[in-house]
Amino acid sequence: MARTLRILRYAALGLGAVAALLPFYYMVIGALQKKHDATLGGLLPVPSRLTLDNLTGIDDSFSLVRALTNSLIMTAGVMACTLVLGLLAGYALAILRFRGRAAVFALVLLVQAIPFQLLMIPLYVMVVRYFGLADSYAGMILPFAVNSVAVLIFRQYFLQIPREIFDAARMDGASELRILRSVAVPLVRPAILTAMLVTFIGPWNEFLWPFLVTKDQDMQPLAVSLANFSQANSTFEANPMGAVLAGACVLAVPAVVLFLLFQRHFTSANLGSAIKG
Amino acid sequence: MDKTRSRAPRAKRRLGSSPLGIALTAPYTAYVLVVFVIPFGVGVWMAFHDYFFTAPGVAVPHPFVGFDNFTAVLGEADTRRAFANLGLFMAINIPLTVVLALVLASALNAATRWRGFFRMAYYVPYVTASVATLAVWLFLFNGSGAVNNVLGSWAPEPSWLANKGLVMPLIAVYVTWKQLGFYILLYLAALQNVPKELHEAALTDGAGPLQAFRAVTLPAVRPVTSLVVLLSIITAGQIFTEPFLLTGGGPSGASLTPALLVYQRGIEQGEPDAAAAIGLILVTGVLIIATVARRLTERD
Repeated sequence: MARTLRILRYAALGLGAVAALLPFYYMVIGALQKKHDATLGGLLPVPSRLTLDNLTGIDDSFSLVRALTNSLIMTAGVMACTLVLGLLAGYALAILRFRGRAAVFALVLLVQAIPFQLLMIPLYVMVVRYFGLADSYAGMILPFAVNSVAVLIFRQYFLQIPREIFDAARMDGASELRILRSVAVPLVRPAILTAMLVTFIGPWNEFLWPFLVTKDQDMQPLAVSLANFSQANSTFEANPMGAVLAGACVLAVPAVVLFLLFQRHFTSANLGSAIKG
Repeated sequence: MDKTRSRAPRAKRRLGSSPLGIALTAPYTAYVLVVFVIPFGVGVWMAFHDYFFTAPGVAVPHPFVGFDNFTAVLGEADTRRAFANLGLFMAINIPLTVVLALVLASALNAATRWRGFFRMAYYVPYVTASVATLAVWLFLFNGSGAVNNVLGSWAPEPSWLANKGLVMPLIAVYVTWKQLGFYILLYLAALQNVPKELHEAALTDGAGPLQAFRAVTLPAVRPVTSLVVLLSIITAGQIFTEPFLLTGGGPSGASLTPALLVYQRGIEQGEPDAAAAIGLILVTGVLIIATVARRLTERD
C-alpha cells in the first residue's frame, strides 16, 4: 500500500515536472533548429541539424542589443526607484512614529488591490497625452517605479531589528537620516537583495504597458519587440519559428538564471503579487 | 530658543514624535497618488462621462451621461461574449489550479528525494516572461505544430487556436501551467505546518490515505485554498496578453476577454469612456465573484 502510494506520488511529481519543463526544452531546441521541423524526430538534439544562426536572424528585423538595453534601462530604473523610495518609506513605516503613518500603510496595501485594467486607459491618457512621455524611459518606468511589495519586505525587515540598536545610535547623537544610512540599511542587506530580485522580474517580463507607450521600435524593450516580431515575421524570415524562439530564450534566460541562482529568496511570503506579465 | 522649546510639544502632538517620517514617506505617497489614486478616480469619472480624445490643448466639454456608457457596452455582443469567455476561463482555470497545486504540493511534501529539483521545475514557468512562453505555446498548438503532429489523425479540426470551442480552454490551461508553481509554493508552506502526527494518528485509526487527506490535510490548508482561489480570480480578470498574442481575440471573438476589450475599445478604437465602463464592470464583477468565493471557501 505504502509502496503503491510512493510510486503514484513520484509519478505525479515526474509528470508535473515534465509538463512544466517540456515547453522550455522545445523553446531551446526550436531556437537551435536550422530548419523548422515540427515532427517528433525534430525534437531530438541532433548536432548536425542545430545552429546559432537564428539569433542573427532576429537581428535582421530589430536590434537585439538595442531591445535588451531598453529592457535593462527600464528594469534598472524601476529597481533604483524601488530601492530609494521603498527603503525610505519602509524605514519610516517600521521605525518612526508620525502623523498619517496608518494612512500611508493602508495606501501600500490598497495599491495591490487596484486592478490595472481600470488604470490602463486613464494612465495611458495621462502619461502619453498630458505628461508627453510616450516613447520615453520615464513613461515606461512610471507605473512600476515603486514596487509596493518591496516596501512591505523592507518594512518587515526593519521591524525585526531590535529597537535598542536605534536607541543606542540616537543616544550617541546620530541624526535619523544618519541612523537610516549607517545603521538600518546595512542591517537589512538580505532584504535589499530579496526585494531587488522580486522587483527585477516584473518590469523585465512586462508586456502590456511598455507595448502601449512605445511605438518607436528603438525604444521598445525586448518583450515588446519580440511580441511584435512574432506577430509579423512569417514573410521574410527563413526560419521564423527559430528566430522567435531564439528571441524567447534571450528574454527568458536572465529571469530564469537569477531565479536558479537565488532560489531561496523566492519564497511565497516575498512574492505575493509582485510578479505579473 | 525658549520659543522653539515651547512649540516642540505642540508640533509633536500634531505631527507625531518623528515628523521626519512624513518627509521620508512623502515621495512614495505622492507617487501612489499620481500613478494609482488619481488614474483610478479619472477612470471612474470617464465611465460616467462622454469622453473622447482631442488634439492636445483643445478644450471640449465632457458632459455627464450617467449610465449611458454602461448600457451601451452591455448592449454589444462583443462585451457579453468577452464576459462569457471569462466565465468559461474561470470555470476551467480555478478548479484545475486548486486540484493540481494541492496534489503536487502534497506529493512534494511527502517526497524525500529530488524535492529541490521538483520545486525548481514547477516554478520556472512562473518567473518566465509570458511573451516568451506564449511564443512556445503558439508553435506547439498551431495547425502544423508539434502537438498536432503527435496527435496525427486525432488532431482537432479546426486546430486548437482556430477552434471556437477549444481556444478558451487552451488559454485556461496555459494560465494554469504558468501560475501553478507559485500556488504549489503557497500550499507547500501550509502543508509543512500540518503536524505529521495528526496524519499518522488518522492512519492508525484505520483511515485510508484518501480519508486521512480529507479529514486532516484539506481542513488544515483551507485558508490557502481560499487565497489561491482569490488570486486566481484576480489573475483571470487581467487576462490580456494570452489572447492578444495567441489569437487577437479570435476566432470570431471566441477568445475575447474583458481586459483585451478594454484595450481594443480604449486605445485601438479611441473610445476611452466605453473602455472605462467595461473596466469598471469587470472590476465590480471580479469583486463580487471574489466575495462569493471567499464565503464559499472559508465556510466549514
